[in-house]
Amino acid sequence: MTVGLVLVSHSAKLAEGTAELARGMAPDVVVRCAAGDVDGGLGTSLDAVQEALADVLDRADAAVVLADLGSAVLTVETVFELDETLPARARLASAPFVEGAVAAAVTAQQGAGVEAVLDAAQGAVSSIGPRPVLELVEADAPTGPAGTAVAGEVVATVSAPEVAGPDDVTARVTLRNPLGLHARPAALLARTVAALGVPVTVEGVDATSVLQLMALGATGGREIEVRAHGEGAEAAVAAVVGLVEGGFGEA
Amino acid sequence: MGLDVTWAERWVRRAAEAVETAKDELTELDRQIGDGDHGENMHRGFQAVLAKLDGAPVEAGAPVGSVLKVVATTLMSSVGGAAGPLYGTAFLRASKVAERETLDPSALVAMLEAALEGITSRGKATTGEKTMVDAWQPAVDAAAAAADGGADCVGVLRAAAEAADAGAAATTPLVATKGRASYLGERSAGHEDPGARSTALLLGAALAAALTDEVPSA
Repeated sequence: MTVGLVLVSHSAKLAEGTAELARGMAPDVVVRCAAGDVDGGLGTSLDAVQEALADVLDRADAAVVLADLGSAVLTVETVFELDETLPARARLASAPFVEGAVAAAVTAQQGAGVEAVLDAAQGAVSSIGPRPVLELVEADAPTGPAGTAVAGEVVATVSAPEVAGPDDVTARVTLRNPLGLHARPAALLARTVAALGVPVTVEGVDATSVLQLMALGATGGREIEVRAHGEGAEAAVAAVVGLVEGGFGEA
Repeated sequence: MGLDVTWAERWVRRAAEAVETAKDELTELDRQIGDGDHGENMHRGFQAVLAKLDGAPVEAGAPVGSVLKVVATTLMSSVGGAAGPLYGTAFLRASKVAERETLDPSALVAMLEAALEGITSRGKATTGEKTMVDAWQPAVDAAAAAADGGADCVGVLRAAAEAADAGAAATTPLVATKGRASYLGERSAGHEDPGARSTALLLGAALAAALTDEVPSA
């Protein structure tokens, strides 16, 4: 399954910048922009959205659309209303534009299906700030377990650090490249772990989530804990340690 | 006497004329509580509609909805901002229930209801939020009441146009809670909503087109 992205923004610069970021982390994913109004000013154009969607659907099996402000969302919804065949292959994400695009792109790069890519985009807002959200929920519901949805709230599903078990493999390794787990290394790490198919956490967060990795704010010189369990755990930890020690090719 | 496709064409041409006349007024209203492009956007959209109609003349006997469909897709493509998808969806939904040669009063009410339904489903707005729904909802209610009371198509459109006009005027004291104007909060009170005003213009044009067979000159 290949899923491409359509970025619908009022601003061509915003869409192109977001596409650049997404492509940087997910080089094989088709990303198209539909931004600006018919005259090239700020706004959205229905024709441009239709064109971009058709192009992405030509080159990928499905498409996930991200839109920035009110009328961009309305325009995309209108495109879906005009073509009843679209919903079978394309979905509009209810997601923050930049974070959603990055999360969707990285997930699509891993070969995920359209629902998983959509979930990644829509989960992006909580992935970039899991701690404040969790604190809020815990304060509101002191008896509820952390990360449990309360009264319809959507909260982050943060991978809690695995309880140390007998078959856990852990390693502590120091980040060598100056910027540490910034966007590109985080994406590389997430892709590597996803390809191995072994559950791995870094500092307690899901290592396949580029946004959660970036949210650690782990810069050069910091020691991080890598933990995996189950079959292939040792190789997975070794692969992550190898990336870190190689400075993600940046050091 | 029912309304046919020639009425639909006169409606659209009169709407284009009304929008052109009111372009600066709409823009000024939008400048006060929005981003100041409503007049220009609507004008561009209706000029594009006129170009479409001039390029492919309407055939007598065609379904009323055929003209409305052209309006829908053209407005969607050419009006920037939220008004394009909102009015586009209104005309699109209206075109689907007007797939017949003539509209009697009850079919006319159904068409107006479909247009309103398109706007509320797309914009998720309801009355009292200082949006075009504050003109559309009373217009549809008044149109339905008129048809129930035995009014003909002109009577239905007159009721709709008058209610839309009053509804638009009544948005002035409201505090916006939907759309761009809602960013202003309390400061949005004291200005008429530009989308409600343009709705009143469109429904006024629908009445004018039913009152006379004259087609406004381009």
